[in-house]
Amino acid sequence: MIMRDKTVRARAGRPTPSRTRSRRRRYLVGLGFVLPAAVYIVVFFGYPLVYNLAMSFQDYTPRSFYTGEAPFVGLDNYRKIVSSPIFQPAVLHTIVFTVGSIVFQFGIGLGLALYFNRRFPLSNLLRAMLLLPWLLPLIVSSAIWRWMFDKDFGVINYFIRLLPGVDAGAPWLTNGKWALAAVVIANIWIGIPFNMVILYGGLQGIAETIYEAAKLDGASAWQRFRYMTWPLLKPVTLVVLMLGLVYTIKVFDVIMGLTGGGPANQTQTLTTWSYQYSFSLFQFGPGAAVSSLLVLIAAIVALFYLRSLRRSSDGS
Amino acid sequence: MTVRELDKYNVSEVRKSVRRRTGYRNRWIHTVLGIGILAFLLFPLYWMINASFQPSGALLSPHPSFLPSPVTLDGYVATLSTQGGNLRSSIIISLGTVLITLVLSTPAAYALAKLKVPRRTTLMLVVITVQMIPGIVMANALYVVFARLGLIDSYVGLMFADATTAVPFAILIMRAFMQDIPSELIEAAKIDGAGEIGVFRHIVIPVSRNAIITAGLFAFLHGWSDFLFAVTLTTGSVFTPVTVGIYRFMGAQTADWNGVMATATIASIPAVFLLVLAQKYISAGITGGAVKE
Repeated sequence: MIMRDKTVRARAGRPTPSRTRSRRRRYLVGLGFVLPAAVYIVVFFGYPLVYNLAMSFQDYTPRSFYTGEAPFVGLDNYRKIVSSPIFQPAVLHTIVFTVGSIVFQFGIGLGLALYFNRRFPLSNLLRAMLLLPWLLPLIVSSAIWRWMFDKDFGVINYFIRLLPGVDAGAPWLTNGKWALAAVVIANIWIGIPFNMVILYGGLQGIAETIYEAAKLDGASAWQRFRYMTWPLLKPVTLVVLMLGLVYTIKVFDVIMGLTGGGPANQTQTLTTWSYQYSFSLFQFGPGAAVSSLLVLIAAIVALFYLRSLRRSSDGS
Repeated sequence: MTVRELDKYNVSEVRKSVRRRTGYRNRWIHTVLGIGILAFLLFPLYWMINASFQPSGALLSPHPSFLPSPVTLDGYVATLSTQGGNLRSSIIISLGTVLITLVLSTPAAYALAKLKVPRRTTLMLVVITVQMIPGIVMANALYVVFARLGLIDSYVGLMFADATTAVPFAILIMRAFMQDIPSELIEAAKIDGAGEIGVFRHIVIPVSRNAIITAGLFAFLHGWSDFLFAVTLTTGSVFTPVTVGIYRFMGAQTADWNGVMATATIASIPAVFLLVLAQKYISAGITGGAVKE
């Protein structure tokens, strides 16, 4: 590649000044169009990212706003959060929340994608309407679920009480384990459309003809899924799972709306804990330290994601 | 043609038509089942609307009523008096978010799709990756910076913060559409003497109208739905976005579910609009343009 470039250039002689000038001009035009967005991204993404990291090594209190001084404290904030009694539960809740949400969102989303991959009357309309939960403001969804999970008057406990042999509903939102289950259930509901849409797109990309050949060979529906659909869908599956992971660890609205991290920190995740440090306790240092952990996790996932994106674009 | 051959022919024809008929019926069975799935998954939305029309007292019963039998508009009346200002604030913020997003993203999307840009791949990767930064990280830092600059409780400040979710998204969606603009169209305009900005204004923008509208609708929804920046970058002393309004409403008087659900129903309207207006593009939008379909 480089060799060929050199020979071409050698044959054409050295680039004339006017040619380099026009090339530089073309670059400048492109740059001009990109510049406003680029500046915005640097100011509103890059700067906060760096600032947050810096704050995690500082003693940043409300006083710092006025004095502008925040002494450097090294790893104190990190020591503080790791030794906090909330640290381990918060990590555990984050894992349970993320894994629980993703497993069911993905499973149900895949089922729906397969179902709607068949052509039947009104299939497009029904599929479009299923997207509604994803478009609602998250705080609206959490308000609805909070109402449905109400211990005494919620419809979910009403249905549970209708079950034979059950005469009391569950203490959703007031008991730790039930509250964690409740926020996971609400978040699954919100995330299903996202999984369904991407997986449906992936299914649409698989040529139907290959199934016909398999049908002629007598492959059962399960075999066709297991040995054809599933492997062919794998790149899309990876994308869904990784995006799902990145989006789920940063979920804030759903937990805040349903439980606010309570009762007694039992639904506190890293995201809500960071919020609590910064905006309830006004300890921005530890808050930033917890955020930095989140960035670290997101960065690791993002790295894998970008690598798989590049690999899939190399393949095509 | 022998009798046997004729018979075979007929049998296969009959079989085919039978299969076609059962196939047809099967497809309608799928529709019925599909409606069942939809009803199950959208039940929470029905439950919201149902509660929004029932008197608060009637809602506090262990036997919920599945239809609003004494229909009341109290919740909506209360919403308009207590949340009316918040709804107005949210509309202003959302429109501002749309404006900022489109002004910043449209030229960038065009450049990334059609122009020579230094380090284009790196820029694309940056746009994809910044979407993954947890919002709380930005909220922490923006709060501190905004407090210094006196931008807490500022409409403009919140609009710029809300645009963080919308800008990368808009760039990716619009770029995907603009890649399909035929380069000949742009070249022809240049031959006719149009400058770079002229081409952008008179060719690219009109041709990409649908993409721009879609990106704008999503930006509106991002501004409208935002809760994290709204709750961290405003104190409620100047204005309150409706998401924070619902949050406080819920916390303060959990007994008034009728009012909360009426507000929630009104706050859902932009989502329904988006679904109706831009249904075709939502699939592209849901992935943030990260996955090609």
